[in-house]
Amino acid sequence: MTTDTGTRVREINADDISRVVSELCQTAAHVLPDDVVAGLRKAEKSEKSPLAKQVLIEILENVDISKRDLIPLCQDTGTTVVLVDVGQDVHIVGGSLRDAINAGVGKGYTDGYLRASMVAHPFSTRVNTKNNTPAVIHTEIVPGDVFKITVVPKGGGCENMSKFTIMLPLRGKEGITEFVLNTIEESGGNPCPPLVVGVGVGGSSEYAMYLAKRAIVRPVGVASDDPETAEFERELLEKVNALGVGPQAVGGLNTAMAVNIETYPTHITSLPVAVNLQCHSARSKTAEL
Amino acid sequence: MPITKENGEIRATPPFTDEDVAQLRVGDHVRFYGTIYTARDAAHRRMITALNEGKPLPIDVKGQVIYYVGPSPARPGNVIGSAGPTTAMRLDPFTPALLDQGLKVIIGKGGRGSIVKKSLQDHKAVYLFAIGGAGALLSKTVKKLDVVAYEDLGTESIKKLEVEGFPAIVCCDMYGGDLLLQGKEQYRDQATLGAYQSVPPAEKAG
Repeated sequence: MTTDTGTRVREINADDISRVVSELCQTAAHVLPDDVVAGLRKAEKSEKSPLAKQVLIEILENVDISKRDLIPLCQDTGTTVVLVDVGQDVHIVGGSLRDAINAGVGKGYTDGYLRASMVAHPFSTRVNTKNNTPAVIHTEIVPGDVFKITVVPKGGGCENMSKFTIMLPLRGKEGITEFVLNTIEESGGNPCPPLVVGVGVGGSSEYAMYLAKRAIVRPVGVASDDPETAEFERELLEKVNALGVGPQAVGGLNTAMAVNIETYPTHITSLPVAVNLQCHSARSKTAEL
Repeated sequence: MPITKENGEIRATPPFTDEDVAQLRVGDHVRFYGTIYTARDAAHRRMITALNEGKPLPIDVKGQVIYYVGPSPARPGNVIGSAGPTTAMRLDPFTPALLDQGLKVIIGKGGRGSIVKKSLQDHKAVYLFAIGGAGALLSKTVKKLDVVAYEDLGTESIKKLEVEGFPAIVCCDMYGGDLLLQGKEQYRDQATLGAYQSVPPAEKAG
């Protein structure tokens, strides 16, 4: 199909999107990404606290059992956060993107025996929606005809420890460092360390937290493309691990597997900083259609 | 005997008395056998409402164990789905009232606030954590499951579990000890942290 201006348009069927989302939900709940498993193994090898080491060994055993027996890595199979990159030359046919994603989530959580954790009327009756819908969907329109979709089951324990602030610009790296360390230290064992720490710096209030969310999906062990940011990530990771919080906060050398920072230009008056913590069960799964 | 120690392993079988709890110390690895009850946010809200209205609890918690968990659904043929602990601190506002009713052992994840720690001491009770995010591993120790109250709450209903060797570690004992504070102290590297000033753990979750 071509548009009036002659651009080729690729058609993607809504049913195919639903089917893929259903599969991604189930795989993400049972199979921890290789980069996260490698991060956990590295932590286990380097850990000096006997108790923390034991905790990491059992976390790695859990990874094996989950994959083998299809029992979710964690009973909290999360808020289903869905990140979609849609090429501007893509045309979705047979239904809306939002409905297609939610149909996939509903099917995936039901067929996969995953826990439904979403409640409607959040400040009053809190009624369970029964199939974990609706998903939280972030869509980026990108050049070309790609369609890339990432499912991130985000557990409540770590999500609840998220923090956001707008600091005076003069506070710079020092202010960000203090804010990140405070957030992690205050949250203790609640977010289930060893963590993947997502930091969003810049943009506006809501955009900083979105950047932090994108940051937790970046693979463990992959540094920022920007050399200055990559250096700051290294410095922050060293400091986070110097806190001594450790796996499950029992005390130890491995409080985080990674600190990932995403940045964006910001207003002359502002330095927005968002921290989104991801637990050791740093689940996500991506597919391209 | 509710508490037995053999080859460095502590076996615990409810119900428990003050004397049983007195044997459990911060950092002890404990394996539970027998009956433990599940309850989390919604079940706690209902139990506390019942107590405030002068009504009885749906289960007798005297000497018992409550495990903070909302399992995922069981696959056909399995007893339970993934069954790891949820954040304990969220249940802090409800905990002293249940300790007043004789609850002796609580299992969750993460630390507890100062009011709960004081209440554990006052009531000779103990809080342990299981490994958060190890729900598949922990599910293997659950041999039987019966929903005993608030069935309409689904994953949040009160369930009676029969467990064999359910593992947990003593976090807050009846002597005021707190494993999480002690552990962090031991492994902190202040030289790397430089001018950074330590902050205490939060007193509430969210």
